Amino acid sequence: MAGKRIGILALQGAFIEHENALRKCGASPRQVRTAQELDEIEGLIIPGGESTTIGKLMQAYGLDDKIKARHAEGMPIWGTCAGMILLAKEIAEIEQVHLSLMDISVRRNGFGRQVDSFETELEVEGLGRSRGVFIRAPYVDKVWGEARVLAYHQERIVMVQEGKLLATAFHPELTEDLSIHSYFLEMS
Amino acid sequence: MIETGTFKVKAGLAQMLKGGVIMDVTTPEQAKIAEEAGACAVMALERVPADIRASGGIARMADPTIVLRIMEAVTIPVMAKCRIGHFVEAQILESLGVDYIDESEVLSPADDKYHVNKKDFKVPFVCGARNLGEALRRICEGAAMIRTKGEPGTGNVIEAVRHIRQVNDEIRWISNLPVEELMNAAKELQAPYELVLEVARLKALPVVNFAAGGIATPADAALMMQLGCDGIFVGSGIFKSGDPAQRAKAIVAATTYFKDPAVIAEVSRDLGEAMVGINIDTIKPEDRMQDRGW
Repeated sequence: MAGKRIGILALQGAFIEHENALRKCGASPRQVRTAQELDEIEGLIIPGGESTTIGKLMQAYGLDDKIKARHAEGMPIWGTCAGMILLAKEIAEIEQVHLSLMDISVRRNGFGRQVDSFETELEVEGLGRSRGVFIRAPYVDKVWGEARVLAYHQERIVMVQEGKLLATAFHPELTEDLSIHSYFLEMS
Repeated sequence: MIETGTFKVKAGLAQMLKGGVIMDVTTPEQAKIAEEAGACAVMALERVPADIRASGGIARMADPTIVLRIMEAVTIPVMAKCRIGHFVEAQILESLGVDYIDESEVLSPADDKYHVNKKDFKVPFVCGARNLGEALRRICEGAAMIRTKGEPGTGNVIEAVRHIRQVNDEIRWISNLPVEELMNAAKELQAPYELVLEVARLKALPVVNFAAGGIATPADAALMMQLGCDGIFVGSGIFKSGDPAQRAKAIVAATTYFKDPAVIAEVSRDLGEAMVGINIDTIKPEDRMQDRGW
């Protein structure tokens, strides 16, 4: 997996944190802002940030269709927080631009506003204990089709995989734990 | 165990705002325009800085009704300002559930010596700074995000540029000092020693640093990003301009594509009137907002 070219969608949000984590894992990360740059990568991370901001920029600069096309060719995608919202096929109660790739329904700010943001221990299926940092975090209301739940927090779904798509409601890039980044590199 | 209000989740929200534009709004309608244009957060205010400057008098925390109506209108984070040192205004804003508090020099200071002890709060704070010492004093008090002060409500970017250059110069300076010289550097900067050590090790501030105070055009936003800011606050620059929706969208694009002059040129076309600017040297010393804060 060393040197794998992983793009991080760098329109808005915490993309540098993912870049640093991937570098520690031995990958070769790069920031992606244009459709052409999507051609040069083997996997894509959609980082935390504001899903409305990222969604609008993605659409305005022609990245949304290109991301879907690259995924159809087999490119893996991992979305954290805002990224998870953008991957979902359904967003509860809110109309916004999204990629609509994953068989999940998400609830934006499901855990509340910033004063409710929290850190906790999580049990991730197949990976063991992990630190979960949740910031104005969404959760997954339901999954269907091939989507498989990998982690819960208090009976809420917070991590899902569906083939080459991975979604986390929390932020492994804000912790020292590289296990989920390594897992994504193995998927790529 | 579930922990709320930790420094990690406070600083973490600022990390999620990076590369984005935070816009001053005074009504739910403006908040919706900002969200629609791609703002990553809004700052709920009673008056924008240019109007505060024009009308004079004492500027205070906004009426809670304004803040709550703006919180109901949008799904993006909502920030609000309290006066420097006014910890009760901060308590009120926290109880309303705002996502960030700006302890701001734009409002009239409530204390001429002390800032709010921001560690007492679960809600995170952003504070203004003109230099590294000021930034580190605020971080030591608990601020989880810093912004340049600039000179608010002027539409003149020169002070924001001065402040980011000053902070960056001082970071470069202490990053190159041998460790035995850092105590004296802390003394000169009037900054807490432990944080000076951390900055020297990181060669960067330990929290996110946005630009604020005088940004009026897409080019201003990209300039501040190229100078190393993590994101942009626009106060009066949007809703005091001829076409707020279009200008807001253009500033968002210029903040993302700050290294791409072709994109910035494209979004800068036909934007209409920018806000009327003010030359800094025509401002009376007592009207300089950046000198508030200790």
